[in-house]
Order: sequence, then C-alpha cells, then structure tokens
Amino acid sequence: MPSPAPQTVRRLSRHGVVIALLALILFGYLRYDNFLGTFNVLSVLRYNAMFALVSLGMAYVIMTGGIDLSVGSTAALGSVVAALLSPYGLVPGLLGGLAAGLAVGAVNALVITRLNILPFVATLATMLAASGCALLLAGNQSVSVSYETGFIELGQGDLLGFPVPAWIALAAFLAGAIALNLTAWGRTVLAVGGNEEATRLMGLPADRAKASVYLVSGALAGLAGVILAAQFGAGQPIEGVGWELFAIAAVVVGGTLLTGGVGSVGSTLAGVLLLGLIFNILNFENGLGQISLSAYWQSVVRGAFLLLVVVIQARLAGRTEEPA
Amino acid sequence: MAEIAAPAPSPTRPKLALDGRAFLSRWGALLALVGLIAFNLAFTPNFATWQTLNVNLTQVCAIVIVGVGMTLVIATGGIDLSVGALMAIAGALAPLIFMGKLFPLPHPMVGVALAFVLPVLAAGALGWFNGWLVTRFRIQPIVATLVLFIAGRGIAQVMTNGNLQVFKAPEFQFIGLGRVFGIPFQAVLMVIVVAAAAWMLRRTLFGRQILAVGGNERAARLAGIPVGAVKRRAYLISGLLAGVAGLIVIARNSAADANLVGLGMELDAIAAVAVGGTLLTGGRATIVGTLVGALIIQLVRYTLLANGVPDAAALIVKAGIIVLAVWLQRQSHR
Repeated sequence: MPSPAPQTVRRLSRHGVVIALLALILFGYLRYDNFLGTFNVLSVLRYNAMFALVSLGMAYVIMTGGIDLSVGSTAALGSVVAALLSPYGLVPGLLGGLAAGLAVGAVNALVITRLNILPFVATLATMLAASGCALLLAGNQSVSVSYETGFIELGQGDLLGFPVPAWIALAAFLAGAIALNLTAWGRTVLAVGGNEEATRLMGLPADRAKASVYLVSGALAGLAGVILAAQFGAGQPIEGVGWELFAIAAVVVGGTLLTGGVGSVGSTLAGVLLLGLIFNILNFENGLGQISLSAYWQSVVRGAFLLLVVVIQARLAGRTEEPA
Repeated sequence: MAEIAAPAPSPTRPKLALDGRAFLSRWGALLALVGLIAFNLAFTPNFATWQTLNVNLTQVCAIVIVGVGMTLVIATGGIDLSVGALMAIAGALAPLIFMGKLFPLPHPMVGVALAFVLPVLAAGALGWFNGWLVTRFRIQPIVATLVLFIAGRGIAQVMTNGNLQVFKAPEFQFIGLGRVFGIPFQAVLMVIVVAAAAWMLRRTLFGRQILAVGGNERAARLAGIPVGAVKRRAYLISGLLAGVAGLIVIARNSAADANLVGLGMELDAIAAVAVGGTLLTGGRATIVGTLVGALIIQLVRYTLLANGVPDAAALIVKAGIIVLAVWLQRQSHR
C-alpha cells in the first residue's frame, strides 16, 4: 500500500483532532439539553484550565524529543506553596507557586543538560522529590488557602464573564503559539527535536533550548498548581497523580510526535479539550438516565480513545509491520 | 625530549580513572547495599531480627517480581508503564473468581486454582497486547503502554464498581501470607523468579536475542533475529509477572482495592531497574542488579523511617539515589 505523502499525514493528524473535537461537540449539542449552555461551557473551561497549562509545557518538552514526568507532583508542590503564601495576598501566592515550579524545572534542566541523564529518568526522580517536598511543606495534609486575600479569585473568579483560570490558560496558549511559530526559540526547539546533532552543528543553542523547555514546563505546572489551590480552596500535596500521563495523552492526541521535531500548540489545546469533554459527556449521558456509567468508565474511554488515535496515526504515517 | 615525555603518563591515568568508574558502576549497587546493611547493624535498634527481615522482604517482593519483567522489557529498548494497572486487573479478577461471582464453582478448590491461573493469564494477554501495539504499529513503548496505564485501572474499577473486595481465603492467601520453613512464600517465589530470569537472560537463546534487539535493533534484524516476536514475548512476561505481583498484594492485604493495588508500581520498578545498573536505553541488563536495586530503595526507606525521618523525606533521598546511580552508570560508558 503506498503511504500518503508526509505533508498530508501531518495535516491530517494535526486537523484530525480538531475535526474529532467538533464532532464530539456536535454530538453533545444534538443529544443533550444545555450542553452548550453557558454554565456547562464555562465549568468545563474552568476545570480543564490547569490540565491545559500542564499539557502546553509537556508539548514543548516532547517537541524537543524529551519527556517531563514531574509535572503532576510539581503542580502539587505549586499548590502547597501557593496555599501557604495565600494569606499574604494574591500576588505572593501566584509568584510562590510559579517559583516552586521554576525550581523543579531548573533541577530538571540541569540534570538533563549537564549530567546528560535521560529526561525520562531525570524527571522520574524529580517527580518523587517534588512530591516529597510538597508532603514535607504541607505536613502530610492539605493546606487551606486564605479566603480573605482574594487569592481564590485565581481559581473561582470571573473576568468579563469568563473564568479567570480560562483567561490564564488562553493567555498562555496565545503566548505559547507565538513563541513557537514566530521566534528563533521556537525554531530551535523544533530543530533540537528533529535532529539534535545537526542543530548543534549549525551552531544553534541546543542545550539552552532543551533547558528552557523544562523551565517552561515547570513554571506552567507550578501555575496549574496555583489554580488548583485556588479552585479547590486548598493546597493538595497528593493531587497531580497521573497528570503527566494525561498531559502526554493530550499532546499525542493533538498530533505531536513523541519522537520530537513536530508539534502544534493549538492542536494540543484541542487534545486537552477532547479528553476533558469525554468526562463531561459521560456525565450528561448518565443524566439522561438510560444507562448508568460510573465515573470509572472515563479512564477506560480515554484509554480506548488514545489507542484509537495512536493506531490511526501509525497507519497514516505508513509505518509498516516489523518483520516476524 | 620534554614533548615526548610529557604525554607518557596520560594514557594510563585516564584508564585508571575509567577503571574506577567501571568498578563503581559494576559493583556500586552491591557496595551500597552492603554499606546500608552495615550502617543499620550499627545504628538501627533491633535491625538484626527475623521480624525486620520479614518486613523488608514482604515490602520488596512485589517490586522485585514486577521489576524482573520490567528489566526484560527495558533490555529490548522498551518500557512498560502498564504494570501497576495490570496488577490492579489481576487483583480485581482473583476475588471475583474464588468468591464465585463470575461463574458458579463446582468446588471451592477449583475456584482457588482458577483464581491463580486466570488473572495471571489475563494480565499476560494484556502484556502481549502491549507488545503487539509496539511491534505491529511501531508505536513508541511509552505511548503504547500508556493506553493500558490509563484504561487498565479503569477496567479493574469497572469490574468491581470501585468497591473494596474483602475476603478470607487461606488457600488463596498462601501466596501472600504463607511460609515455607519460616520464610515468607512470596520471598521464595521472588527468588525463583529472579533465578529463572537471570538464567534465561544469560544462558538461553531468547535471553541473548533480547539483549541483541535492545543493543542494536537493525543489526539484530539483519542477523535474522525475529525482533517483533522477541519484543512481544518480553512484554508478555512483564504482564504475567505483574499479574503474579497483583495476586501477592491482594493476598497480603486480605482485600482487593482496584483504586490502590499497584498504584505507582511502574515507577518503583523502573527505579529498581535503573539503580540496579540495567542500561535504560536497552542492550545491557542485569536481573540480580534489579533485585539489589529494589533492596537498596526499600532499605533506604526503612533506614530513614526507623531513624525517625519522615516518609516524605525518604522520597527526596530516593530521587537522589536514582539520579546518582544513573549518572555513575553513564560515567562508565563514556
């Protein structure tokens, strides 16, 4: 079977996710009342903002051919630090969470670029360490945020009728898309993922690009932690388990190749929304009362969805069977 | 003259340094384990007791058994993130079978026998499915096994509706609670698994094929090795062993909780493999190293806990150990 041209493949796997997202939205709109009602749309956006931030960071890391397993516990650490600083106000809480995320990102960047340790192992280690730090700081329990200083606005507030976390995620994605498509940094990030050796030989700052994506990923995970703390009113040291894998799934569904060198910020956002909507649709389906699917089905459906996407991607890319 | 004399010492000095590094990377893990035991004998009260040994052994068994399968998969250049979820599936399935909830049982013992066999086979089949995804579609192992990592625990939760299954079945629980000459049966099982896998990796054709595939896949294929079949078999073994570990964990707890069985196991197993000295890019593997790696991680945690350091701090130390071990390993392969 002749495989389609690479250009077509790339376009299909990039727009495929958007088409699937639109199809899912249309399905929900036709099947359920109030699916596109203000309340549902805004709560889906509010809830998924933190996953979107984490997935954006993951997308950059994956574009360089790396992986960041530490994002979940970094978010947990960020939420604890933000909650501890929330009595001093919104800004200290926000900056504290960001700084915690940056710190973890900096350790990742150093271990990966200076000690030359595989990203997979390095971020596995910082995942454990960040989780340990979060538990130590929080004293093994969730840390209540202050309700007096306006910190919770970051998670529960609205601005111009739109949830604050969704604004933050939107701003991050806009800035992220500009940085990837219009700056030298973005080109270098993609070049490193495509062929690191060639990037080095061309004299591009490969190590700096690699270090920067882990810093960005850490900072965004810290920011997600801030939103987590503000949304649920507490810093949660044991939250964030499995976030890294959700983020990887969203990035892969968005058509970014795990081998690096290719990727899109917009498709990643579509991937996040797609995975988030599956949960939403399950809720609506239960609301209809014809069937009763427990919340546990959502991970089964998500897994099946991921399977479908990667198999379709593999077929489109024309990757043939390994002999025997 | 000076120009000729000057470089003379240089070939020997770096070689010595290299040997030191090679020595550390080969024996470092074992040395660390011996050092840890010595430290505990000196400073931890009541360390040299049967009870301490049993506590540590029972905590480490499941990690080692899963780690052996993980070592084989990593040796082929892959990774298996789904082991924890497969443990949950096996752990959810077994009580359903011996409590007769899936199908009527002619005799309780038949139920116990099936409860050992079927869950392990189911986990093995899912492991083989991982391998099939990796080889048939050339999906990266991290993504292929991510599918079951996400869906697998969901399947276990759906099977049990997320409920805790409490049971009392002495015949079944022998795998987690039984003793042979005073030694926990699970430890005996662990030693058998480690010995069999170590022998297989060293002495059998399949073992050599695994290392050849992980070392240089293209060369292995050109040499006529059935690369796909070798990989699928490695994932199959990883799945089977995860199933066994799932049974041990639920038998030990007298309860199966699909939300918790095997949670985070993939990370523990990978950490044990990394600390043990297996090359994470494939091609070089040591089963005994994985055993030593798991023992080190467990003993560090025990040492810290026994000396009053909180569990959370132990996580940070564990992270440091992983980075140090992998860094040392890299040094010897420059």
